Amino acid sequence: MTEQLQVPPADFQSYYGQPILKVPRWKEPHLPLYLFLGGLSGASAAMGAAAAAAGNAGLARAGRLTSAGASLGGTAFLIAELGRPERFLHMLRVAKPTSPMSMGSWLLAAHSGLAGAAAATEVTGRLPAIGTAAGVGSAVTGPLLATYTGVLLSNTAVPGWREARRELPLLFAGSAMASAAAAGLAGTALDAGAERGPAIRLAVLGAALELAAVSRLEHRPGLAGEPYREGSAGQALRAARWLTPAGGAVALAAGRSRIAAVAAAGLLTGGALATRFGVFRAGVASAADPKYVVASQRPVTDGPAGG
Amino acid sequence: MTSDQGERNSLYGPLADVSGDAGYAEGHPPRVGFFTDTSVCIGCKACEVACKEWNGLPEPDADALLLTGMSYDNTGALGSNSWRHVAFVEQTLPAQGATALPGGTPDPSGLDSPLISEIADGGTTRWLMSSDVCKHCTHAGCLDVCPTGALVRTEFGTVIVQPDVCNGCAYCVSACPYGVIDRREGDGRAWKCTMCYDRLRGGLEPACSTACPTDSIQFGPLDELRAVAEGRLADLHAAGHSEARLYGADPADGVGGTGAFFLLLDEPEVYGLPPDPVVPTRDLASAWRWAGGAAAVLAAGVAVAFAGSPWSGKQS
Repeated sequence: MTEQLQVPPADFQSYYGQPILKVPRWKEPHLPLYLFLGGLSGASAAMGAAAAAAGNAGLARAGRLTSAGASLGGTAFLIAELGRPERFLHMLRVAKPTSPMSMGSWLLAAHSGLAGAAAATEVTGRLPAIGTAAGVGSAVTGPLLATYTGVLLSNTAVPGWREARRELPLLFAGSAMASAAAAGLAGTALDAGAERGPAIRLAVLGAALELAAVSRLEHRPGLAGEPYREGSAGQALRAARWLTPAGGAVALAAGRSRIAAVAAAGLLTGGALATRFGVFRAGVASAADPKYVVASQRPVTDGPAGG
Repeated sequence: MTSDQGERNSLYGPLADVSGDAGYAEGHPPRVGFFTDTSVCIGCKACEVACKEWNGLPEPDADALLLTGMSYDNTGALGSNSWRHVAFVEQTLPAQGATALPGGTPDPSGLDSPLISEIADGGTTRWLMSSDVCKHCTHAGCLDVCPTGALVRTEFGTVIVQPDVCNGCAYCVSACPYGVIDRREGDGRAWKCTMCYDRLRGGLEPACSTACPTDSIQFGPLDELRAVAEGRLADLHAAGHSEARLYGADPADGVGGTGAFFLLLDEPEVYGLPPDPVVPTRDLASAWRWAGGAAAVLAAGVAVAFAGSPWSGKQS
């Protein structure tokens, strides 16, 4: 450990050490995978539309198919997360601006439809004009789908998420870009003549943004950053801090090597998954220990500032 | 409709008429609440029993019936099956504390154990007992985030879950700054105190306050309860109990004041309560701005990736 961010043990009062908050009832792997798949679908839609506009057929196909598949997968995990899955459609009973989950449900419904239409025309080759329009539409809903989950998590009482409302959307944006790039790299690996340059650039940009946002969360001083550094959340995020830059670095060789393209895709996807599990677990840890709740609500007077 | 308070404070800050803000027409009943005066709570748990009986709450699982080791508290916490929870805190205070408290009595035994010997030095033991409950916030995080409309504001200004609508998404569980509402195992839906909505509709007061033998739990129009609480606080301060404080009675606090508020004799976290809770919705607009900005960054990143070519992607 080179960093000295550990806080001296403070004397927090509590009720027998019991949690003040309820620990989130969302579970693994559902919620982290929903975050990952939503990001993958959203950024892939943008990549597919941009590739179609640039005349890059390989990346357009990879983007559209990935976007549709990931949105379906994400929806499945969202439904499986419910206590009453058969009432999933109650999500569309109202449209409620104060509920990020309500807004997200409508966004997911719209995006899934658009991405599905774009993918269907891609596969069948029929009605290409409608496919293009749907693809452009999904490129609008996609980036929002990828980043709204930052609002979903931060609009809670969970200290580790609440205090990260600036970082989380950027983190998810970067991670989604890297994930979509991974889909583009893997999806074009069978095609020896594929133009993978845009996917490589997207991988590097996304990995850099993801890494910067994760580091910012981990380096928050004192108790604010502690849930992101310790326990299983810290482990997952440390894994992400190796996987993501490694994926970005290997991606630089993906233009010449299809093996490198596949390897980079694996590393970037692993990094994005580790990031989502890490962020989820950090929130759970911050809700489970009353000291984080008290520290986030009461100014610390003895100043245990991080090094 | 009812903008008599001059400015709209639907999401944060003081709000004079919560039911009116939620859309109830003029002439709706006054906002009601609980004032729980913990200084007269005797820890009898009649409130817990009355609540469970009236609301037909399920028995806990067999393993939840174990003793917790937390003094007389074997309920543990508020949850989907416990809508009142009596907390028991045992404190040993040093002699010089000058804080002889209601119910605190010096122990004369002088036995040679760490606890007793400290008492033999002239200190006192005090019991803090407090019956916790859903706060029925002015700005309720659970209500704000519910995506189905299952959580609603009633005409009495309270917050209830409609079990026939809830789909168990559990967002409310994470949005409650007090850790009150929870999803029921095996049932899949979220449950919490309704302030006995059925009894209120029938002109009765809630079961817990009806059962309370010491009037520690008082029910009534919130305005009147706040006045009662201010009077009680002044009496306690005059009697030298400077540690007494109201919790949740300030309409300017992070949740706009609570419908169920308390008189406490120590810091809130000693009772398992958050010291300065804030409704998550306060920061919702800011969070969406950051998400919108991040979405724009994502779109721009994709555009940049397809525009320039600083790294060749061509197969060589």
